[in-house]
Amino acid sequence: MNQLGFPILTIMIALPFVAALWCLLAPGEEQARAVQARWVALGATLIDLALGILLWATYDIGGPQWQFVEHVGLFGRFGWSLGIDGIALMLIMLSVFLMPICIGASWEAIQRRVPEYMAAFLLMETLILGVFAAQDLILFYIFFEGGLIPMYLIIGIWGGAERVYASYKFFLYTLLGSVLMLIAMLWIASYAGTTYVPTLMATDFPEHAQIWLFLAFFASFAVKMPMWPVHTWLPDAHVQAPTAGSVILAGVMLKMGGYGFIRYALPMFPEGSADLVWLIWGLSIVAVIYTSLVALVQTDMKKLIAYSSVAHMAFVTIGLFAFNRQGLEGSMMVMLSHGLVSGALFLCVGVIYDRLHTRDIDRYGGLATNMPRYALFFLLFTMASIGLPGTSGFVGEFLSLIGAYQISSIVAFGCTTGIILGAAYMLYLYRRVVFGSLDKPDVKAMPDLSPREIVMLGSLGLAVLWMGIYPESFLAPMRNDIGLLMERIDRATPPSDAQIAAGAPAARPVATRTEAH
Amino acid sequence: MSYTASLLSALPEVILTVGALALLMVSAFGGDRMARLIGWLAVALFAVAGVAAVAVVSSQPAFDGLYHGDSFAVFAKILIYVAAAASILIAPDYFERGGSTRAEYPVLILLAGVGMGMMVSAGDMLTLYVGFELQNLAAYVLASFMRRDMRSAEAGLKYFVLGALASGILLYGITLLYGFSGTTVFTGIAASMRDGLSIGHIFGMVFVIAGLAFKISAVPFHMWAPDVYEGAPTPVTAMFATMYKVAAMALLVRVCVVALGSQTEAWRQVILFAALASTILGAVAAIVQTNIKRLLAYSSINNAGFALFGLAAGTEAGVAATMTYLAVYIAMTMGSFICVLRMRDADGNNVQSIASMSGMSRTRPGLAAAFAIFMFSLAGIPPLLGLWPKLLVFDALVKVNLAPIAAVGIATSVLGAVYYLKIVKTMYFDEPAAPYATPTNRIEGGLIALSALAVSPLGYLAVPALGVASMAAAKALF
Repeated sequence: MNQLGFPILTIMIALPFVAALWCLLAPGEEQARAVQARWVALGATLIDLALGILLWATYDIGGPQWQFVEHVGLFGRFGWSLGIDGIALMLIMLSVFLMPICIGASWEAIQRRVPEYMAAFLLMETLILGVFAAQDLILFYIFFEGGLIPMYLIIGIWGGAERVYASYKFFLYTLLGSVLMLIAMLWIASYAGTTYVPTLMATDFPEHAQIWLFLAFFASFAVKMPMWPVHTWLPDAHVQAPTAGSVILAGVMLKMGGYGFIRYALPMFPEGSADLVWLIWGLSIVAVIYTSLVALVQTDMKKLIAYSSVAHMAFVTIGLFAFNRQGLEGSMMVMLSHGLVSGALFLCVGVIYDRLHTRDIDRYGGLATNMPRYALFFLLFTMASIGLPGTSGFVGEFLSLIGAYQISSIVAFGCTTGIILGAAYMLYLYRRVVFGSLDKPDVKAMPDLSPREIVMLGSLGLAVLWMGIYPESFLAPMRNDIGLLMERIDRATPPSDAQIAAGAPAARPVATRTEAH
Repeated sequence: MSYTASLLSALPEVILTVGALALLMVSAFGGDRMARLIGWLAVALFAVAGVAAVAVVSSQPAFDGLYHGDSFAVFAKILIYVAAAASILIAPDYFERGGSTRAEYPVLILLAGVGMGMMVSAGDMLTLYVGFELQNLAAYVLASFMRRDMRSAEAGLKYFVLGALASGILLYGITLLYGFSGTTVFTGIAASMRDGLSIGHIFGMVFVIAGLAFKISAVPFHMWAPDVYEGAPTPVTAMFATMYKVAAMALLVRVCVVALGSQTEAWRQVILFAALASTILGAVAAIVQTNIKRLLAYSSINNAGFALFGLAAGTEAGVAATMTYLAVYIAMTMGSFICVLRMRDADGNNVQSIASMSGMSRTRPGLAAAFAIFMFSLAGIPPLLGLWPKLLVFDALVKVNLAPIAAVGIATSVLGAVYYLKIVKTMYFDEPAAPYATPTNRIEGGLIALSALAVSPLGYLAVPALGVASMAAAKALF
């Protein structure tokens, strides 16, 4: 079966589901049920985290491409096929790491209908893990699309004032993208005669069909990512969602779009991807510059971070469609890093929102004086978002841009301005919230971080630093799989605009160099 | 096939007919006190008839081609009988509260079941028409079953007038087909069209399809549905939306595939138009509804459209997809209507306004959760089972190179999602309205739980069995 001897992926997927049912169906008084639901949810997500660590520890780097494979032909036309490669492993790790933090973030902030809330999050975890582990096209679709229901409920029930509008927009935007993908999936399944993803990834689809198929997949993943101009659901959803909802939305759900591109769109339709690469590049450049400028003028903290997410996801797309190793590895690193950093930033907003119940930037100021610990963490994540060397943000963006530069200097130029703008809006946000004078009495009364918040932000901070200082731990499991992907898409790589002139190496006497030292 | 063998393949209809007549006697002598007992006996009869249908399945035509007890008919009959049994079980409490308990209710449903069994088994236009009229007559009475209720009477009258018109159209189509092909047997009609369509054939085909489209309430013959669904007693509405629709859809499938099978290209245009128009109109018109029964009526129009997409493919896979669609559709729709049945105010009166469902998730969490499951499933959102039949019908379309139409069709399901979401939003996001009366009926609760379980992700475990059965049904037609 696999190297562990038990179906670990199925257990990881089923456990939160069972816990969700427990939360929903447990009898008792409302107060007791709420307490119980919190602990059940925390327990289940922590067990999943432990299983995830076991998964990572036993994952055989350099071993077969698909590991922990399970296959039961349960549903006739399609099967319960699970299995992961390094790329999926890293995204699964990200999800199981963020989940307990989400539960922690909702510990006190959610007081209304707690069992339902916890159940929705647990269901979400089931579906997210399913997306990354599914090896069957239809199974993937079921998990991918199923995430809409719990997220719709989370935004709609526990969201802010405009929650109904935001939940509708989120649901319908994503649904429209996905159903078009479904038609394309049915087409490729009937063309290849199978729904087994590894086989499909090796199938060469006719080139004229690839463009249409790519566009259909693009419709779904671009909305999920989200790419400009179909990103408009994201700021609304983020602003209205409760803190933990934003964390999971930005941290994991957006990654499903990137994962979709790297797992499905690129290996299945290399020619289609190459033909439409101008579209992706164009949209990415616009996204980086436009959404960064929009972020600069926001007065709502969550909206600002939401727009910054769109800009960061554009680094993912330029990296993916650079068709080279640096680009692909970089985009994976941006995804992982953005999952941690944006999650952490939303938590930071949540911390002060819980105290003052406003997201208006102008209502804060001078927090460095009365909340020094908070200021420190916020600074760390701000810097990581900007991409300061030593934090996780730097590694991914740098690799992505190197990848892009190899194939198109214009794209690299356009996107690099985004880094400058990113520094501008993040530092501007930080200055307004944390620095300045502490002149508002209610802000002055805000207490510093509680131990629960320190644990949540601290673990995220450690992960951010780890990824920034020693990214090899995260790159190593993915290296083989990215190599395989490179082989697959190599034949379609669009021509580079770099004009390398072949010439004689500059004659430079060795002796002079030693003298110079 | 000998006469006895022919009669044997009509065994389910024989059982139901004899049983209905016997129960009619019981009700005549026993009076309305016996209503519950007769109901249970009728359910038992449906169960026996279902077993008999499976037992006598045969691929040979009976009565010289007038009648087919093939696996397609059996599949449709099982669905019809299940829906009929559910409609009988949920009725007694409803009619008791309305003060109009009548022992004839289960008998009428039995007779409707006989008519539908004949429809789905028909191999000849005349068998078809006799069955069609038998179930129609039962339907007119059932729609106006609450005689003292103005809306119920209005619904019955409206259904009668428009239904008679549809029957006329159907009959006119049948005469044209007969006139131009010289036979009323399906296979004979198909043979006469093989070399090309005459004007008479075309008119006949369109009229027959129009008459049947009326019964499945496909656009543009859908106008009666919202009014009749709203006015008819809720258990009857549930029956119209499930068993009547299944029977008519199965009949339409058989007529298109067998009688018109030699000219697939010709009727496909008509069916595709009806399918697209139904999904779009069903979705758009439902958004503004304020009455839950009207909304479910539009939902049933919308779903008829999706089921028609499978037929439009015109292949075995397409027919199997349509039949699977009907099976899942019954569970979702029956479940929703039983939920509606449970919406009663403190005095026990039925409430039908969507506004009264506000905040139901807090006052009645179980009912709201079940309703939400049905709504998401009807919208075709995974991981609920409602996705599966949608996937199958569009898969069938893609396989016959109609992918662009499949893309448009599936895009309309996003429109449909809007109003299903509206119900979920009302139940979950809004502030609670006055709570409903506490339910007492265990049968209703059990049926809701059963249908919710069937369309939950667990339902996917039934997919292989459903696939085999629906494929066998489809193969019987080709």
